[in-house]
Parts: sequence; structure tokens; C-alpha cells
Amino acid sequence: MNSIIGLVFISFGLAFDIFGCIGLVRLPDVYNRLQAATKCVTLGTSSILFGTFLIMGFTAAGLKALLCIVFLVLTSPVAAHAIARGAHRAGVKLWDGSVIDRYKEDKEGEA
Amino acid sequence: MKMVRWIIGVVIFIAVIGLIMMRKLPFLFCPGLPYIEFVGRALYVIIFACIMCLYRIWKGPTGADRIVAIDILGILIIGLCAVLTISTGRSWYIDIGIAWALQSFISTLALSKYLEGRGFDE
Repeated sequence: MNSIIGLVFISFGLAFDIFGCIGLVRLPDVYNRLQAATKCVTLGTSSILFGTFLIMGFTAAGLKALLCIVFLVLTSPVAAHAIARGAHRAGVKLWDGSVIDRYKEDKEGEA
Repeated sequence: MKMVRWIIGVVIFIAVIGLIMMRKLPFLFCPGLPYIEFVGRALYVIIFACIMCLYRIWKGPTGADRIVAIDILGILIIGLCAVLTISTGRSWYIDIGIAWALQSFISTLALSKYLEGRGFDE
């Protein structure tokens, strides 16, 4: 029973991975691509690792999969935030259809 | 021109789905391992996602696109290591995943600092 639930979790994670990578190819802008790809792929890979834990049980591989989930969920948003901040400060233009840019307004308000 | 690109994309997507649904397994696996019917199809899906990330690394207009694609490629390879752990039952594949996560995080932070154009110690 645990193995069937684990395979369902892994299928869910594979679907999220493939949709995140389609967003990485198809969307028009750096910030849109970052927003689509980072969230979808982080959730998808966490789901694959949780399915691995359900299949392997409380062995060495299962507990290492849980440790890897914790590490991934802690580090992936930090990396995405650093990329977005660096791209905005390096002067990468927004897409023409974007309507608002709060970070630029904040920097102009400080100066 | 836009219509031609749409048609090429749809043909590639249908070809990959047909490859996944096909009864033939990947050639590098012997059929005696547990969950091999599932794991072979999962490997096709993850490799297709990695090829899309490589397209964005090759074609990305700015440097930030390439850095995003490298980060996503690292996270996908952790999933690949987890799927290989299920099939073979050896726990050192997930060790490779943990080490890859650490290295990918630190390299992404360093590349974004480089993109920002400042020193590393600020």
C-alpha cells in the first residue's frame, strides 16, 4: 500500500517538473520564467523525494530523502530571491506587458 | 513563422509522450530490477525536462536566464538521483543528490552576486 501511494506521489512530482520546464521555455521574461520554474520544480522534486521515502521506508535511503527535502525547501527560495535581486540591479528590462515595478518605486522613494 | 514554431513544438511533445507510453524499456536497464516499468518512463520525463533547460541555457537572451536554467537543472538532477535510488536500492545515489543540492545553491549565490556586479564580501 505504501509503495502505491509513493508511486502516485512520484507521478504528481513528475507532472509538476514537466510543467515548470514548459514555463521556463515559453514565458517571455526573466522574472516570469523564475516565478514559474522555481516554484513548480521545487514542489515537484520535493514530491519525488517524499515518494522515495514512502517506498523505501525507515532505511538509510528514506531518511536521507527526508533530509534532502528539508535542505531543498530551505535553500531554493533564497537562491531565487538572490537571482531576482541581482537581475533587477544589473538592469535587466521587464517585459512590455508588465504593469508594475514596486522595487524600482522603493529605490526611487529612498533617493 | 509563429505557426511553424507551434507545429514543431506540438510534434516534439507528441513524440515524447509516445516514447514514454511505448512498451519498450530504456536499453541500459536489465528487466529484473524492482519498479523498472515505472522508473524507465520517469527517466524519459526527467531527461525531456533537462533538455528543455539546456535549450534555455543555449538560447537565453540575458545572463540571468542562463543562471535560472542552471539552478533548475540542478534541482531536476536531485529528482533523477531519487528515482535511481528506488530502482537500484542503493542509498549512495541520494548522497549524490544531497551533495549536488549544496553545490548548486552555493554556485547560484556566487553567480547572482557576479551578475549584480559587486564584490563577494558585501
